[in-house]
Amino acid sequence: MRIENHPILEFKHGKKVGFTFEGEELSGYEGEPIAAALHDHGVQVLRYSIRHNRPRGFFCAIGHCSSCLMEVDGIPNVRVCTEPLAAGMVVRRQRGKGELR
Amino acid sequence: MASQIERTGVPTKEQIESTLPGDERRAKGPYAVIECWQEIPCDPCVASCPFGYIAPMKNINDLPKLDQESCTGCGNCIALCPGLAIFIIDETFGGEDEAMIRIPHEFAPLPEKEDIVRALDREGNYVADAEVVRVQKGKSGCTVLHLLIPKKFILDIRAVEPLPMR
Amino acid sequence: MIATPEVLIVGGGPAGLAAARETVGAGCDTVVLDDALEPGGQLVKQTHKFFGSEMEYAGVRGIKIPEILLREVSDSPKLKILLRTTASGYYEDGVVTAIFQDKKVLKFKPKKLIIATGAQEKTILFPNNDMPGVYGAGAVQTLMNVYGVAPGTRGLMIGAGNIGLIVSYQLRQAGIAVAAVVEALDRIGGYWVHASKIARLKIPILTRHTIIEALGEENVTGAIIAQIDDNWLPIPGTEREIECDFICLAVGLSPLSDLFRLAECEMVFVPEFGGDVPLRDTNMETSTKGIYVAGDVGGIEEASSAIIEGALAGISTAFSLGKNIPDYERRNRELRDELVSLRSGPVGEHIRSGIAKCRISAKTEVG
Ligand SMILES: Cc1cc2nc3c(=O)[nH]c(=O)nc-3n(C[C@H](O)[C@H](O)[C@H](O)COP(=O)(O)OP(=O)(O)OC[C@H]3O[C@@H](n4cnc5c(N)ncnc54)[C@H](O)[C@@H]3O)c2cc1C
Repeated sequence: MRIENHPILEFKHGKKVGFTFEGEELSGYEGEPIAAALHDHGVQVLRYSIRHNRPRGFFCAIGHCSSCLMEVDGIPNVRVCTEPLAAGMVVRRQRGKGELR
Repeated sequence: MASQIERTGVPTKEQIESTLPGDERRAKGPYAVIECWQEIPCDPCVASCPFGYIAPMKNINDLPKLDQESCTGCGNCIALCPGLAIFIIDETFGGEDEAMIRIPHEFAPLPEKEDIVRALDREGNYVADAEVVRVQKGKSGCTVLHLLIPKKFILDIRAVEPLPMR
Repeated sequence: MIATPEVLIVGGGPAGLAAARETVGAGCDTVVLDDALEPGGQLVKQTHKFFGSEMEYAGVRGIKIPEILLREVSDSPKLKILLRTTASGYYEDGVVTAIFQDKKVLKFKPKKLIIATGAQEKTILFPNNDMPGVYGAGAVQTLMNVYGVAPGTRGLMIGAGNIGLIVSYQLRQAGIAVAAVVEALDRIGGYWVHASKIARLKIPILTRHTIIEALGEENVTGAIIAQIDDNWLPIPGTEREIECDFICLAVGLSPLSDLFRLAECEMVFVPEFGGDVPLRDTNMETSTKGIYVAGDVGGIEEASSAIIEGALAGISTAFSLGKNIPDYERRNRELRDELVSLRSGPVGEHIRSGIAKCRISAKTEVG
């Protein structure tokens, strides 16, 4: 969900671009972290953990904690809390250590 | 045992009453009250007073000292206090049983002049309806609302319920 | 190829930028590395008016400060800021490695190194604390204040320090409900004025309470909280369920001090500062000559002090490189006096006690 009408802030967004998440067509703003675009669409579960297969979302949002690793354009272990969104990206939930595609 | 303000952020009646000037000053026109109870390293209020009536601090942790007798009630300090802890009360405004209070308000959407808003106390409880006399937008994003309120609530009303977001 | 700037600054928060302002101002070739998308560190998400000293921009909203800090030097050819660049290593020969935009490894061999990497949020133990919807309070701030995305519709805040109180207020400003602020201590840890702001919004602050567990299958759908006794143990029978779709942890920060360890700077565990920090002299130089510390990475504090420490590290560095700094001794003393004054009140007590544990007597004591 986007925040509209903030008392203090005016959000500068990049241009609207399409990307896919688990095969589904979604949109977001170019340059914002992939995690922010996913959150706008209510996607909180970003991966499943290595040992116990537990759902994980982001935690620190500044690229330090490794909770938000996803597969982006076939590359696993991308920190989506800091990786900027670009048009046409293919984003998938990572299971365990992920796969190189 | 922690005191009330330490546990809740809400001051006691004694603390609140201590912010008022004497009766004579109150009858003269608008004055500022500062609800700052804790020595923290913070000093923007000092520079905010265009007349220098908030005394320079020896130590940045000092509590602010306002010369309420001289205070003109201009309200420049309201939007510059990071703690949103300064208010202007004018007991000479409006009718016999009315008064004006000016409070900082940082929520959107803003009410408009002549709107009736729900005025709240320090615990967020509804106290009374208040009429918006003026909406003073500052460049910092902190708006100052001028409210016409029942005079008996000058020590109670300190906020306005945010309007639902569109 | 190895780049050889006179000064390398790791971290572009208030401390790193204040240091850069001084080193660039004194004519040093300076490179600043920051792993974020824009410079400013913690400041980029802080919509509230800052506390602290008028001289360090108190009363100005945090989001405006990076721009002000950089204004004087942003056009200088002596300054280079590399964003999305993570310093990843320090080697015996004084080489710092960094990963540039996840693509390229860069190497630097600076004459002087200033480390101003800030801090990261801590977590606490409870069942399901790894579930999506359990977020660091700073992370929620980034999501909503920088990118304009709501973390959920109704949050529960854990921790009534300044961060917990401020983020609760900011959630409400973004139109998001806050069910309660839960605090284990018997009192509010943050400034009372921040607590007053959220009390006026009818957000309850529950002291002597803790979170027992987060509820949900794939993501947070609620939480169980309970009262605790003098030994911080939950009191049976006081458990209750809170309805919320996200939980913010504001339970403290710990310094990101790994680079100092790699550089074999002498470290000390200081509880008041949230973890391991390097020893330093009054000019902010660590036990390893030529390596300086500034800001939260040397001890969790505030932006005002981070800016002053950054400036102090900056002028000391430039001076030690033989640059001509007019009035160096006076400025050095003024900055140090300002730090002493900021920390002199009752809320600065833990900072004073922390500083005492990580001081090394100055090698080049001034004046
Ligand atoms: C909610 C909240 C409210 C606050 N309110 C106030 C207030 O009212 N007044 C006040 O004075 N202070 C306040 N503070 C504190 C203040 O923001 C911090 O103390 C200050 O930002 C610390 O500055 P810094 O430069 O040391 O670190 P940071 O601001 O954390 O900056 C460090 C930078 O270094 C980067 N970095 C880290 N590691 C690496 C690496 N390996 N390579 C490259 N880059 C790296 C980080 O991404 C970051 O950009 C608040 C903090 C929070 C979270």
